[in-house]
This record gives sequence, C-alpha cells and structure tokens, in this order.
Amino acid sequence: MTDRPHAHASPAGVPADPGRTRIFSVRRRLALTLSGFGCLALVSLVVAPLIGPTPIALGRVFDSAIPFADNVDAQIFFIARLPRALAGMLVGASLAVAGVVFQALLRNPLATPFTLGVSAGASLGAMLVITFGLPMAVAGIPAVPVASLIGSLAAAGVVYAMATLRRHGLSTTVLLLAGVTLNSFFSAIIMFVQYSADFAKTFQTVRWLMGNLDVSSFQPIVAALPLMGTAFVMFATLPRALNLLTLGSDNAAARGVDVLRTQRVAFLSASLATGAAVSLSGPIGFIGIVIPHLVRLLVGADHRIVMPASACLGAAFLVACDVVARTAMAPVELPVGVITALTGGPFFLWLLMRRP
Amino acid sequence: MKMTLMITRKTRTGTTRGPAGRIRPMTLAASLILVAGLGAQAPQRIVSIIPAVTEILFAIGAGSEVVGVGSYDQFPPEIADLPRIGGLIDPDIETIIALRPDLVVPYTTQVDLIAQLGRAGIPLFHYSHGTLPDILTTVRQLGNRTGRAHRAEEVARGIEADLAAIAEAVSGRPRPRTLLVIAREPGSLRNVFASGGSGFQHDMLTLAGGENVFDGSVSRAAQVTTETILQAAPDVVLEVRADQSLSPSEIAREVAAWQALPSLPAVRNSRVVLLTGSDLVIPGPRIVQGAARFAGALHPDVTLPTR
Repeated sequence: MTDRPHAHASPAGVPADPGRTRIFSVRRRLALTLSGFGCLALVSLVVAPLIGPTPIALGRVFDSAIPFADNVDAQIFFIARLPRALAGMLVGASLAVAGVVFQALLRNPLATPFTLGVSAGASLGAMLVITFGLPMAVAGIPAVPVASLIGSLAAAGVVYAMATLRRHGLSTTVLLLAGVTLNSFFSAIIMFVQYSADFAKTFQTVRWLMGNLDVSSFQPIVAALPLMGTAFVMFATLPRALNLLTLGSDNAAARGVDVLRTQRVAFLSASLATGAAVSLSGPIGFIGIVIPHLVRLLVGADHRIVMPASACLGAAFLVACDVVARTAMAPVELPVGVITALTGGPFFLWLLMRRP
Repeated sequence: MKMTLMITRKTRTGTTRGPAGRIRPMTLAASLILVAGLGAQAPQRIVSIIPAVTEILFAIGAGSEVVGVGSYDQFPPEIADLPRIGGLIDPDIETIIALRPDLVVPYTTQVDLIAQLGRAGIPLFHYSHGTLPDILTTVRQLGNRTGRAHRAEEVARGIEADLAAIAEAVSGRPRPRTLLVIAREPGSLRNVFASGGSGFQHDMLTLAGGENVFDGSVSRAAQVTTETILQAAPDVVLEVRADQSLSPSEIAREVAAWQALPSLPAVRNSRVVLLTGSDLVIPGPRIVQGAARFAGALHPDVTLPTR
C-alpha cells in the first residue's frame, strides 16, 4: 500500500509527497481508461439492439400508441435484442474480470474462469437436466440454469475444500491441481452422460456447451443479477491486494495484506461470477483469457485499472461478437463462442507480435 | 432422391470386392436383375441399425430374417429379444460380424463401419433419411433386396393411400403458418431447433395442411433465434418429441414456456401443441400415424380417415 493519501511524513532524501503524485496519476489513468473502455461498452449496448437480421423502425419500437402485442418491431427490440445485449454485457464483464482474478490468484497467465472446474461443474448440471429432465426449476427459473449454477458452486466448493483442508491457509498449487483434476473428472462424466443419451439430446447438450446468449426475456438476467452483483462488490475490494499478491504471498503478507482473506474473497467472487455467467449463457470461451491479457497489453498490469477496464472491454467484446453471431448467417444462429475465438484470436496475436 | 444403393458382390474365389459402385434408383431394377443373374439370393440374416429400417423390414414381412437391431430401436415389439448391435455413433462391429449377417443396413454416414463391413465381405444396403416420398422408395428397394417385392409394394401403396387420405381430409382448409419445433432446452425457449423447408417432417407438416414458416428461408433443421421466431409470427407452434415419458403436467409446463413470447399468434390463440411419440420422428411405416396426428393438431375440427 504505497499510495496512501496521507503519506506526508516522508523521510529525508525521498522526494516530497510521492503518494500524492502517484495517486493523482492512478486516478487520472483510471478516469481516462475507464471513460474510454466504458464508452466502448456503452456504445455496444446502445448499438447492438439496433442491428439484426430483421429491419425494425425505431419510431414504431417506441410508439406507445401501438399496443405491444401488435407491435412486432417493439417485440423484436424488447424481447429478442435488448435482453441479449444485456446478457452479453453481464456475461462478458463477469468472465473477463473472473479471468483477471484467477490469473492473479493462481499467479498463472494461462488461468481462465474455467480452469478450476467451475464451468465443468456447471456443464455437468446442465447436461443432467437436458438429458434426464430432472425437475429442478425454482421460482420460475428454468431447470437448466438452476442446475448449472448448483453444479458450478458444488465444483467450487470441492476445489476450495481440497485447497484448505490439509493446511492452514489456502494452497494455490493444490487449488490449481485440484481444479484441473476436477475439470477432467467432470468432463469424463459429461462425456459418459452424452454417450448414453439419445442422439437428439446429445446434440442439445453439445449446443449448450457452445454457449448462447439468446435468453428471450429479461427474467434469466434478473435471476443472475444478484449473484453477479455480489461478485462485483467483492471484486471491488480486491485490486490493491491482488497487485501485491502477484509478487507472491510472502511479499504480500509482509506488506500487510491479509493473504488468506484476499485469496478466499478472490476465489469465491471469481467462482460466483463464473457460475452465474455460465448458468446464464453456457460456457463461452476465450473472453476470460484474452480480454485480461489484451487489457494488460493496453494499460499495464495495475489491477485497479485492469479490473474495471476488463469488465468494460469484456462486455463490449461479447456484445459485438453476439451481433455477428446472430446476423452473419441469419435466420440461423452461429454459436457466439465461435465468433469470440475467431475474431479475438487473430487480433490478440497481432497485438502480441506488434509489441517490441 | 438422396437414396443410393451400394452393392457388394462375392467373387467366385470367395474373396470379396469392395463396393461395386453407387447405383441411382433409376438403374436399380437393372442392377437387381444383374445381381439376380449372378445368383444372389434373398438375405437370410439381416442386421438393421436404424429404427426406420427395422420398422420397414418388419412391415414388409422380412422381420423373421432380422437377427440384430440397433440399440435405440423400439418398434415393433417383436424386436425385444433380438441382439442389440449399437447405434448410429457407436455400432459394434464385432457383434455385427459375430451375427454372421448376409445383409447389413447401415446409415450412409457410418463410413468406418461401412469400410469394415466391406472388408469383411458383408453385403450392404445403404440408407439415409430423406423426404416423405423417399420412405416409399426405401420400402420398395428393401422389398426388392429381401425378395419381398410384392408385399413391399402393398405396404408402399397402403402408406401412399393413407397419406393421400390425410391430405384429402385437410384439403381446402386454411393452412396455418406453423413453426415446427424439433428440439429446445427444457423449460425455456432457448436453443430452439426448428424444421426448415426440407426433410420428411417438413413434408408431413405440408401434407397435414400446414405451411412451414421457414419454408424457403432455412434449408433443413436449424437453430433459430427469438428474433426470427417473433418475425415469423407463426399461427401454430407444433413441437415434436420422441420421448414418450413426459407426463401431462410436464407437457403443460413445456407448452407454458411459450408464454415468454405472449405476442405470437400461436400463443395468443392457445395454439401451441406438443406431441410426443416415436411415430413423429422415425421415417418408417408409422409415419402415417404421425402425419395424422399432425393433421389433428393443425385442424382439430377435421375428421380424419381411420384404417
């Protein structure tokens, strides 16, 4: 914590008031980056519902003289497109920040929101409901998202228990290994369930695994929002501690970070965000690994800037990809995960090579 | 006509030759005469992997020669005790060969199985799903191949007559624009797959007096978005599921999921129908039942001919 605002009592030899300059520059950079990436996210949210395979007249969309039931333009805007764009924003932001947090927590640049088995648990839950039709609907929320959320939380619980059981504190090595193992274990069960299901259901499960933002109402978004909100409130407490944690837990502890608490909050919040995102849209790959790195290439490694910037860029990127997914081959829809990897991959490689 | 027929012949020395070539249905009769001339006999031990083919074989009276069926085959009841030889994606070549078949009917996409059976010198009849008329073609071809051409012709004519009677019963009626849903996620309108403008289910819909909303815009079954469904504004939503285990309350719940799009004419006028049963999804002789159920759902006031 080097940038405490009241670090005035600077010893002799140190330039006066380093804290103030630094905090000023961080704030300014934060404001600058956030307004940039925030604008991008906002523009995507405003523009995305205007684009689609069906031409709609905005005048008719907002014409309250026409009853909603007869106003196809308004229905397409409010039932088909706006919820999609909102879902894309939430999922993109959640996965991108969860990626940042997992990469910092595990101190591994290859970590993704799906590394620790959270998405495999979610997928298994969804598979079981699609294949066996388990009655798991809760309070009007359909069974598939409920089951996938339960699956993701169960997976996170198992991994967390493994990492904390045998020692005081939380071993990130055990976390990583247990997560990767659980991933394979769940994947094996998923394959077995798919293999024993009939052909039509297998195809449905495969399609679910590709991710899809066509939520067709606001209700699934409303259901996911409290979980994502909780996760983001927890994220907000993390940036400084994560900055120090990337130096290693001993270093972080020496500088006054409550390492265990930080790791715990980081793991729980990122798992919650991932679980909620996957239950809303299915596992959409690529965002959780590429957006954080992209943002770091653009704005540096300070988590105070990387986290909000990743949230905005992840949101904008996924919404844009979804526009392509639903218009490129309309009226047939492409899996949005295909677009995220196809467009983001080459761009990321280009950015990687461009740097000296 | 997507149907092709591939014939493997035994040479005199007992070694085998690969597929003799793809023969169009037009030249079928000629090639059958050729095969007959070479001394080919009606097969005595048939393995059928695809449910539709199994049903056709039993319908044309070749059931007594069937010695193995696919793992997903459920009809007719006579197959209950027959050995199972795997399904579309996991055929069990060992079990098939151990059954010593003299005719195997695989699906055309089972290329590995076809190659292996070809190497084993086992004669094949290639099958793939097609249109409604293709069912009749398959019935007749299987009849010729199994030495039951006469009975197969009767069956085919019967199916033709029944389908014509259904078409006749609904002729002149207004044809509701129908969204034919083949699959979706349980309990919600996500990952909706609908029938496009081709395939036997599309043909059944057309015959039963409905107009497919995606006729011409989507070629075959495809995932459609909420936006596309809203824009299509179907008068009737017709959902088909092979799974017969759904209880009436579960069916009611699945139908209620359409309330998410309250403005669809089909939802406003309570014309969302969910039908379950394998007769709706297997392009075999029971397709007549399926087409009649389609007609009943689309035109509830029409009295359908019964046989």
